[in-house]
Amino acid sequence: MPCYPSLFAAHLRVDNVGTILEQVETNKKTLILHGTKTSAVLNSVLSDIYHLKRDNAVKYTKKNDNIRPFESGGETSLEFFSLKTDCSLIVYGSHSKKRPNNLVLGRTYDHHIYDLVEIGVENYKSMESFVYDKKLAPKLGSKPFFAFIGEHFESAEELKHLKEVLLDLFKGEVVENLNLAGVDRIYVCTAVSPTTVYMMHCALRLKRSGTSIPRMELVEVGPSMDLVVRRHRLPVESLRKEAMKTVEHAKKLKNVTKDPIHGRLGKVYMPDQEVGKLTLSNDVKGLKRERREAKKNKEHSKKQKVNSE
Amino acid sequence: MTDPIAATSNYEVDLGNLMAYDPSHHVTAAASNRAELREACLQKATELAQAVADVLFALSPNEDRDGPIVRLPPPATRLPREKHLPKPKPPTKWEQFAKMKGITKHKKNKREWDEQTKSWKRTYGYDRVNDDRDIPIIEAKATDEPGVDPFAQRTEEKKKRVEKQEKNRLENLKRAAKVGALPSHIQLAAKALPITGIKADLPKKSRKEDLESVAGMASTATASGGKFDESYLVRNLQSILANIESFSLWLKEKELVAKRNSNMTKS
Repeated sequence: MPCYPSLFAAHLRVDNVGTILEQVETNKKTLILHGTKTSAVLNSVLSDIYHLKRDNAVKYTKKNDNIRPFESGGETSLEFFSLKTDCSLIVYGSHSKKRPNNLVLGRTYDHHIYDLVEIGVENYKSMESFVYDKKLAPKLGSKPFFAFIGEHFESAEELKHLKEVLLDLFKGEVVENLNLAGVDRIYVCTAVSPTTVYMMHCALRLKRSGTSIPRMELVEVGPSMDLVVRRHRLPVESLRKEAMKTVEHAKKLKNVTKDPIHGRLGKVYMPDQEVGKLTLSNDVKGLKRERREAKKNKEHSKKQKVNSE
Repeated sequence: MTDPIAATSNYEVDLGNLMAYDPSHHVTAAASNRAELREACLQKATELAQAVADVLFALSPNEDRDGPIVRLPPPATRLPREKHLPKPKPPTKWEQFAKMKGITKHKKNKREWDEQTKSWKRTYGYDRVNDDRDIPIIEAKATDEPGVDPFAQRTEEKKKRVEKQEKNRLENLKRAAKVGALPSHIQLAAKALPITGIKADLPKKSRKEDLESVAGMASTATASGGKFDESYLVRNLQSILANIESFSLWLKEKELVAKRNSNMTKS
């Protein structure tokens, strides 16, 4: 399933560098890579995320040793990779004694780091470890449901941020039309503490109920893990404002109606003239003309009188 | 079958993202056992999924061959863009002129009445109204020089008009490209940067094997001198292909190496 915009779409614009710009963005690609040291758990996590986002993700297999997302100089490699692969979501895994099983989820805007969330993965269970009826397995690329549980998603800064990033990462393609037969997966995120989220991935089973709305049943298919927020960096306010800009919608024209007979109609609203309060005009020329004509008429009538006499 | 608890709690449903959020849930410490926690989460998630499904399946679907298709509302949660908004393209020279003069666009009809044939003809395409080729006679004017073909003149003029239009079109595109608002299907330079993010054909460097087969060098290596090779035709084009830049460069390289080798043997 190709995820690239059509080359023949004249409504899409290309900027000087050659990136395609859309008015409404539908598909964000993800770059998955790791640092110098990874653990077995981390490798499994990264490959599971790649499987979940197969069609619009790029996975690098080599280790990259000069990436330090939270340090000022250490993000240049990430930005370069983002530009090269046209990915705006980054999943960077690394493992160290201080930060074991570390995942950094990052987003870019115009290929510059927009924001970062660093999480530690605990209690991980991979996709393979779950046993379920294979017929229920969610199809690749289907639009997922999301269930966020817990008040901490509203009250804790880090979890609020993580919720947004998780939504962005797993939401898939933004579509206007959805096929109801194709809903088959759900991501369940529960805030168990102000810094930890228990994430599960389940398949959806639509069971027959009396009404046209089916009864939902969840079957866990994996992966499941605890995400412990370690550090996070919110976007700079100016960058956030710019990134949140949306396309201006055409302003609704006021006072325009369409008539099938007359075409476009508009009403002209006349203010109250208040004739009683109007002053007489000082149009002297007009008065002069009146007087002149009155004189002429009087003379004319006089002449007639003289002639008749 | 509905859980009475679900009916009372208020979930935030973002249908555009197929998301449901329960802000009032407290995870009790009693769910310290992992299995219990999992069960509680699954149960809660089922309620949330049901809440989304209630709204989703209530939308009126269009029946398609793959299944019922509903129109999702735009997502409530605003997420940041990944790239900046596209810049609007600058008005073309004609558009600027039309705006200044107050000229508005009028739609042309597909069919126009042709007086000559007394029928409705297309405005463009096969068998069109006012076709240049349909003119049988052009009357001579006093200003006409003898020996000048007026029909040829007309085609020349049309060619010039088309060329001028093409030049103007390219100028408009260049102006749009300067601002950064070029339509995506156009690349102005032949060897321009490929559009990033697209598996566009990057100019591949010719491989040595390809060049060898083109030049016939590989074929001459065979015992029969390449006479029965499949690339017989290709070998005959060698002289023409030697003009290809990359191939000639490679040839030059080979010559240099050969020269160097001969120099070395001399010394």
